[in-house]
Amino acid sequence: MLIQSPSDGFNHAASSDITPQSVYTRRRELLKGAAALAAGAGMASWAARDAFAESAWGARPGKLAPLASQSSKVEGAFTMDKITPYKDASSYNNFYEFGTDKADPAANAHTLKTTPWSVEIEGLVKKPGKFALEDLLKLSPLEDRIYRMRCVEGWSMVIPWVGYSLAELIRKVEPLGSAKYVEFVSLADPKTMPFVGSRVLDWPYVEGLRLDEAMHPLTLLGFGMYGEVLPNQSGAPVRLVVPWKYGFKSGKSIVKIRFTDKQPGTAWNKAAANEYGFYSNVNPNVDHPRWSQASERRIGEGGLFAKKTKTLMFNGYEAQVGQLYAGMDLKKFY
Amino acid sequence: MRTIVNRWFSSRWGKPAWFLLSCLPFLWLVAAAFTDHLGANPAEALVRSSGDWTLRALCLVLAITPLRTVLGLAALARLRRMAGLFVYFYVVLHLLAYAWFDMGFEVADIARDIAKRPFILVGFSAFVLLSPLAFTSFNRAIKALGGKRWQALHRLVYAVAGLALLHFFWMRAGKNNFAEVAVYALLLGLLLGWRAQRRWGGSWRSYFGAAATGGLGR
Repeated sequence: MLIQSPSDGFNHAASSDITPQSVYTRRRELLKGAAALAAGAGMASWAARDAFAESAWGARPGKLAPLASQSSKVEGAFTMDKITPYKDASSYNNFYEFGTDKADPAANAHTLKTTPWSVEIEGLVKKPGKFALEDLLKLSPLEDRIYRMRCVEGWSMVIPWVGYSLAELIRKVEPLGSAKYVEFVSLADPKTMPFVGSRVLDWPYVEGLRLDEAMHPLTLLGFGMYGEVLPNQSGAPVRLVVPWKYGFKSGKSIVKIRFTDKQPGTAWNKAAANEYGFYSNVNPNVDHPRWSQASERRIGEGGLFAKKTKTLMFNGYEAQVGQLYAGMDLKKFY
Repeated sequence: MRTIVNRWFSSRWGKPAWFLLSCLPFLWLVAAAFTDHLGANPAEALVRSSGDWTLRALCLVLAITPLRTVLGLAALARLRRMAGLFVYFYVVLHLLAYAWFDMGFEVADIARDIAKRPFILVGFSAFVLLSPLAFTSFNRAIKALGGKRWQALHRLVYAVAGLALLHFFWMRAGKNNFAEVAVYALLLGLLLGWRAQRRWGGSWRSYFGAAATGGLGR
């Protein structure tokens, strides 16, 4: 395999320094307006602040509480692809605790209680404990990141997340030398999640990463999307986002993070090991028995007759994460 | 009640009404596609709903003979051909939706896909087996084949039912989601079981009867 540094061979530009068009056009307007009003320094700073609040994806959907954030400096954190409309990203979801149809979570997840919420850290760490959501939100500055999201079913979206690298939290709890894997446990509350107890999967939903994957700066602990807190159907109030793996690897509504020395048994792997591997990196060369992985349908783009787009190795994040799998047979470790 | 239903289906409105009713899912899908009511992934919605309606139409056509016999609704026989052709209509839509939206009409890709993915192969086989039934549905074909041979050929629909169910089961197996599959399995099981019972029921009973009495050491 060709060794690539994080700054060459980009499948997408490292655009963290590029100001999105919606921001700079708006900023210009505001500054023009401010000049026209012959406003002072106070006015100009107000204009700048407003332009920042508008952020990378244009106006906030205005549905939920806003979540202030700053632009991420992480390599690969900003794809230049067109962002999926909020309406699609919040109405077409796989969240089996609320039903197996992709319209079910948006219809049923209103019952989820996201306050109070805490995340328990346990297992092979020096500082285990329980983190209240408020403390997690303050643990590290929240960042904007625009990631591609590729579902194993052959569709994809582009979502502006708000959160910070999971590594920030991992460093705080100080994993022991023996910790090799991280397990993420989602809430499984039959009272608020109508499909917990269905025989489709073993509950609670468990996902896992190798420790080095979990430590990768692109692995995001997400609290919001589109500048607002996460809608329930997207895994509120805190979830994982691993952009180079199929979507089901990114656990939602996380209540427990456990550090282990053994590879965790993950939900879909337990359900059908021949179809869903532990790694489940996006890989156009390894087909799923039911869905070809060579191409994908970008949700919300081009309507019914739009051609599918080619799927990229590691979902286009090969330059950033390829080295994690150097020397591994990815057909075997799918 | 029985006579009302019979009279109604035998009236000159019976067939047109059945035709319109059978078109409704198609019209609804077209309208939804043009008014953006198919959700975030309209292509997937069209592929899946055309498949769903194929299965429903298949259950319906297989229900005609049992309903006719058990409830004495003789008039239903007049609708059987049209009901059968609607199964074919929806399966053609299903295949077209897949070939167009999923595969972009790339013939080589479709051929590879059929060979590679078992559930596609099974679904495609069901379509292939259904085709001669649709093409021999007119009166002259029945005459040309002769009643016996025609009937034997059209028994292929039982194999089609099994393959269609397997196709659906295999698709849902990817997500371990068998609730709907179970409903169709139960329905088709009943409809085919009723036929098996009529055909072999007597001999089964005597077979089991003989086994039971033999077991008692009489």
